[in-house]
Amino acid sequence: MEHFIALVTKPDNVPIVAILFLIPYFIWLSYRQARQTDKAGVPSDAALNDKVYVWPYLCRNEFICAIIVMLVLGVWSIMIDAPLEEPSDPTKTPNPSKAPWYFLALQEMLVYFDPWIAGVVLPGLIIAGLIAIPYIDINPKGKGYYTIKERPFALAVFSFGFIVLWIVLMVVGTFLRGPGWNFFAPWEAWDPHLVVPLTNVNLSYLFGIRDADTANYFGFAVVAGYFAIGPIFYLWKQKSSQFLQELGLVRYIVVSFLFLTMLALPIKMILRVALNVKYIWVSPWFNI
Amino acid sequence: MEVSIATSPPKLARKSMNEERKGLKEKITNSDIWRSMFRHGYEDTGRRYTLQVLQNVWLHLHPPRISRHALNFRFTWCMGGITFLMFLVTAVTGVLLMFYYRPTAEYAFHDVQYLEFDIPFGMLLRNMHRWAAHGMVISVMLHMFRVFLTGSYKKPREFNWAVGVILLLVTFFLSFTGYLLPWDQLAFWAVTVGTNMARATPVLGHEGPFAPQDITQSNDVRFALLAGTIVGPSTLLRFYILHCVAVPLLASVLMALHFWRVRKDGGISGPL
Repeated sequence: MEHFIALVTKPDNVPIVAILFLIPYFIWLSYRQARQTDKAGVPSDAALNDKVYVWPYLCRNEFICAIIVMLVLGVWSIMIDAPLEEPSDPTKTPNPSKAPWYFLALQEMLVYFDPWIAGVVLPGLIIAGLIAIPYIDINPKGKGYYTIKERPFALAVFSFGFIVLWIVLMVVGTFLRGPGWNFFAPWEAWDPHLVVPLTNVNLSYLFGIRDADTANYFGFAVVAGYFAIGPIFYLWKQKSSQFLQELGLVRYIVVSFLFLTMLALPIKMILRVALNVKYIWVSPWFNI
Repeated sequence: MEVSIATSPPKLARKSMNEERKGLKEKITNSDIWRSMFRHGYEDTGRRYTLQVLQNVWLHLHPPRISRHALNFRFTWCMGGITFLMFLVTAVTGVLLMFYYRPTAEYAFHDVQYLEFDIPFGMLLRNMHRWAAHGMVISVMLHMFRVFLTGSYKKPREFNWAVGVILLLVTFFLSFTGYLLPWDQLAFWAVTVGTNMARATPVLGHEGPFAPQDITQSNDVRFALLAGTIVGPSTLLRFYILHCVAVPLLASVLMALHFWRVRKDGGISGPL
């Protein structure tokens, strides 16, 4: 417990403690407004043409907001000092070594994927995927107001990505990872000598494949088969689904690729935790 | 006089009191003393309010009028504005910190200590800079969350969303480059861990898949970031320049573009 308390009260972890309260609050706030819109309908044009002067109405709001924020920042700065540890020493590696808190979701992904995926490919795809959002989301509804009913898929995917795969992983990386990046529950004491048996095996091994070449082909087949779900679904539904026709092939390829890649993370996490799977695909050049 | 007050109904009496007050106000505002201080009154007209925004260099970013729902704290969460405010706070405190800090391995840590213990309000200055930076990371993430939830990236705001995503990255990078500067164990190892992943960049990192033979640890992408094979004095200088000059400039240009596009794309989003 003492290690957990030390983590929570660490000055640099104040933001992430704040996030624990801010995120649920804003989820609740937006959910309430979304439900209101879904029940009462979108505000009419007349309500929207109701214009007010920026001075004084908006400027007053900005002023009040700035004062409150500066007050919070001032109190925060007076109460809590920025951390300064011993002078840097390349020969003394702390255990655990953690990146700044906003990168801990990425560091947490390193448990499940090799660095070239967790540290380079996935962050790159997150950025590319975020930029792509407005171009692949062709639903014209739900612009400028909170709603759930009019865009359930978009909201579900984004909220899952942001809340579970970013915020929750960040919180786990910050508060529940101890020496050796081992998982420690809040009430557990950190044991720097804890030995966790490495019982992880590759997926091919679970299927009884012992030969490296066969394992390579097997892994390729699994990964290719997984990403083939996209095109197969397209061919199957293309004729009957008006939505797919409106989306078009190029947009569909981008959406399905990003979506399947995103889901690959929780799938790999479950495989690791439940079946001790190390790699899905072991090739001579890289491992996935 | 006495007779007219006695016979007038109470309602009229109140009205005359109001008029009396108004007369008093006029008497004061018409007095020589008042007029010597204030040359003219404050017109209560739309023209006046419009000019207030248009003629002020700090406010001219705003349109003269906006729709009422954009004022609603519950709609915008004020997160974009807070992010900008945090940027301004870090810029001001950051410039002040630069007076006391030398980005060399010999001095950096001791300069921070000196700042904390000997410089008046040095600790407060450093705290404000660090917490505002952390605050900016939080508010920029919440801003993105809000913009997504309200569907505000949809036509015609697609490009501004892309600019926003780049600004999110820039914010992370600003915070990350600043993380190294205290040159303590926390800074050193956080940046070591954070930049280690660059080793594994496909093709461009020496431990990444498909790296050619001649990509080694002294010429790969991590070397370019660190100016060395490990975090060292040249990394400190590199991160200092990125943190204090290059990235803030980039952020300012992108913010100007972001704010300008908010207006050009029709202001704060609303149902249309």
